[in-house]
Amino acid sequence: MAVEKGRESLRVVMAGHVDHGKTSLVGRLLADTLSLPKGKLEQVKAFCERNARPFEYAFLIDALKDEQSQGITIDVARIFFKTTARDYLLLDAPGHVEFLKSMVSGAAHASAALLVVDAEEGVRENTQRHGTMLSMLGIRHVAVVVNKMDRVSFREDRFLAISEEISAFLRRLGLEPASVIPISAREGSNITARSELLPWYDGPTVLEALDRFPAEPPLEKLPLRLPVQDVYRFTALGDQRRIIAGTIASGILRLGDEVVFYPSGKSSRVATIEGFPKPPVGAARAGAAVGFTLREQVYVRRGELAVKRGQTPPQTSSRLRASVFWLGKAPLEPGRDYVLKLGTARVPARVESVQRVIDTSTLRVLEGRGRVERHEAAECVLAMSAAIAFDRAEDNVLTGRFVIVDGTEIRGGGLVLESLPDAGSRQRERVILRNIKWQKGLVPREQREARFAQKAALVMVSGRDDGLRKAAARALEEELYRQGRLVYFLGIGSLLYGVGADIRGTAENHEEDFRRFSEVAHILMDSGMILVSTAAELSQADWDIVCNAVEPDRAVAVWVGQKGGREESTNLKPDLLVCAQDKAGVVAQVVALLRAKGILSA
Amino acid sequence: MDHLERLENRSIHLLREAYSCIPNLAMLWSIGKDSTALLHLARKAFFGHVPFPLIHIDTNYKIPEMTAYRDRLALEWKLTMIVGRNDAALAQKRTFPDGAVDRITCCRLLKTQALKDVLSGQGLRLKLNHSTGGYEPDPSREPYTGVIAGIRADEEGSRSKERYFSPRDTESRWDLGDQPPEFWDQYKTDFAPGTHVRIHPLLDWREVDVWEYIDREAVPTVSLYYDQGEGRRYRSLGCHPCTSPVESTARTPKEIVAELRTGKFKDIAERSGRAQDLEDRGTLEELRRDGYM
Ligand SMILES: Nc1nc2c(ncn2[C@@H]2O[C@H](COP(=O)(O)OP(=O)(O)O)[C@@H](O)[C@H]2O)c(=O)[nH]1
Ligand SMILES: [Mg+2]
Repeated sequence: MAVEKGRESLRVVMAGHVDHGKTSLVGRLLADTLSLPKGKLEQVKAFCERNARPFEYAFLIDALKDEQSQGITIDVARIFFKTTARDYLLLDAPGHVEFLKSMVSGAAHASAALLVVDAEEGVRENTQRHGTMLSMLGIRHVAVVVNKMDRVSFREDRFLAISEEISAFLRRLGLEPASVIPISAREGSNITARSELLPWYDGPTVLEALDRFPAEPPLEKLPLRLPVQDVYRFTALGDQRRIIAGTIASGILRLGDEVVFYPSGKSSRVATIEGFPKPPVGAARAGAAVGFTLREQVYVRRGELAVKRGQTPPQTSSRLRASVFWLGKAPLEPGRDYVLKLGTARVPARVESVQRVIDTSTLRVLEGRGRVERHEAAECVLAMSAAIAFDRAEDNVLTGRFVIVDGTEIRGGGLVLESLPDAGSRQRERVILRNIKWQKGLVPREQREARFAQKAALVMVSGRDDGLRKAAARALEEELYRQGRLVYFLGIGSLLYGVGADIRGTAENHEEDFRRFSEVAHILMDSGMILVSTAAELSQADWDIVCNAVEPDRAVAVWVGQKGGREESTNLKPDLLVCAQDKAGVVAQVVALLRAKGILSA
Repeated sequence: MDHLERLENRSIHLLREAYSCIPNLAMLWSIGKDSTALLHLARKAFFGHVPFPLIHIDTNYKIPEMTAYRDRLALEWKLTMIVGRNDAALAQKRTFPDGAVDRITCCRLLKTQALKDVLSGQGLRLKLNHSTGGYEPDPSREPYTGVIAGIRADEEGSRSKERYFSPRDTESRWDLGDQPPEFWDQYKTDFAPGTHVRIHPLLDWREVDVWEYIDREAVPTVSLYYDQGEGRRYRSLGCHPCTSPVESTARTPKEIVAELRTGKFKDIAERSGRAQDLEDRGTLEELRRDGYM
């Protein structure tokens, strides 16, 4: 029994055109390696007899009623089996194009593939489409199985022709088949044992080919990448730990490591790597779902990427070029709102441009198309509403791939080809550097905030009615002060002639004024303070400058009165639109919003 | 990292994804070995805390040891414990043991219906009071939008087709022909109102993995799984009228592992002692399409 412990395991997907024999091969593998539960084979044979149907090995796997009545696989099955060498999880994918999203779901969990081709029918549309998807999903190890050799009298010339055709296609995708094996799933030839019917073949059997696939590569040699899943404070039972949780995508996390969180650039040192019920550990490696505490508290949240100081930093941008595939019925196109999910980050996104569309079954480039239809692949530029941290897929695939959500459904996936510059890049670089160099005191912000039952925030009141917006902002400060909060009215005008003295009279100073304002706001917010400010007809571009400098979920934009007015300000998406006619009404609504957001408690 | 550690880390990752992305989450605890191992994984994922309620569907035909064991652990581990039960069907004696309906209908009423009602908040929700040790009606009627369940792909055919995050419609139904794609560690976490999601962190575990894990981590499990000297034990736990013990002298998780790897159960399916599975091929699929776990 000792040999069973620590056994290797490998996930392998079955790919190929519908009816070429994927499921039959899996059934046969299970039967011939005696992996079936006792009586299962007899049970299925008896069932076929009762229903006057010829026995199919596929019935051992296609478990759903619809699958058996239609004789096809509808969704991926997870099948466990083992050889003397290791354990396998076989993912038997459907071959029909209609079920490509199921095939993708199976293939993405695999690290190797068996691509099945019918010897009689030869390479078909979905043989090639599945080949393309394997390559896009990053599967590097593929063995081709030429099945139903019994149908072509076990002829070598037929096998060689197919072998050459599919190998050439896979090479175009950058995939070199590990082996090409002639088999008959029906006769059981070359599956677990070599067959006399194929004397001219001296390569591996299917079982041998499986065992020859290399083990899943270790990811700990790459730089540390740890997408933050959440920050836990379970205070209920008197637990004071503030634990940052996440699964290490690559690299090693060690006690005392200086970690930097991107895109914010905040940094701290690892104080403990927590364990339960076991005591804390000294290091954790790629694949580990960890929780760690920090020496100096910094405010981080889900979606940031923790990396190690001194190792290659990730890219941060709100624009990227990617190679995507699309599974949605409605096309992927510019002008529509999507959500992009990468690691634990989640941001609204749009397609800026579609550069090249590719037919996934022929690899033909479709010219002059501005959108990506179902089952096509393409190179696109994507623009997100906020910057996130990622890598190019070629540098680190785990942090270089993403999915695209349309409405409530995942409809596509993509690999990052490169990061593109965006309007905020220069400012973001400065903010990251500022955060890396930030000097921390001993009192964490959370403790300062707790004293006033608040969270640091910036409330920006804007609108067309100058009198109302200014009066409301000041009344808001007064009301919060009266409640005992730490609050301050910070007028933009207060900064122009002091902080901004050196740039007065220069031409292009508007953006710089906003940047300096935001930096001052950032300092005050780090002290736990709520700031109230006001700007006439705030534009989204100006507001973006503010949100790049302070924590965006602590920046609250309020618009008082009718939207409209100056053209640039009509595109502002405020957190709150207030239609009240007097300042008391505005104050009441803002206070309610701050409570709802958890900025004010008690 | 060995095979069990890999399974463990992946399950913890899934539990945390569920906790961070699904607003009103709960976990099913059948008291069986799988969901108890899952409960242990949750305590590991959240460092000793279980930050969501546990739901137990009481069919009234559970073996009595199970309920006692449930309440002991719930009090000890400070779990938020919710119990659901189809009192109407029990009062009207519409059950298989009463001879009124067949096994499948009984499962549908006592398990699926009770589960649906507890999830939607429309049926009975009893909550454990930690100071008295008794159960009281739970004032909260808020529907659960996510339910964690300890099913495994190797249990039976329809479960081999499951997703890690598996959506259910407003009637708790499972649309097997149109499951969402799931790849690169990204799951369906956006939902239409009234629908919910089932989260399956143990999908990739086999029966023997669960027992090895229980052994390695010393997870407390109910005594019914072990031979008490009569040469019999339960391999799978359900309601007593429909679950029979198997002949076995295994007394510890280690002995069970040996039995599964090289001993008498090496090639015998786990649920072979469950009568409702044998009535018709595809029965469990039907039940599961309809909202059964
Ligand atoms: N003659 C012959 N038929 C086969 C062989 N393997 C599979 N088939 C048949 O091909 C059909 C499709 O097989 P199936 O495994 O469902 O294909 P899948 O769609 O790729 O999973 C079934 O009717 C099988 O009986 C084989 O080696 N020889
Ligand atoms: Mg099939």
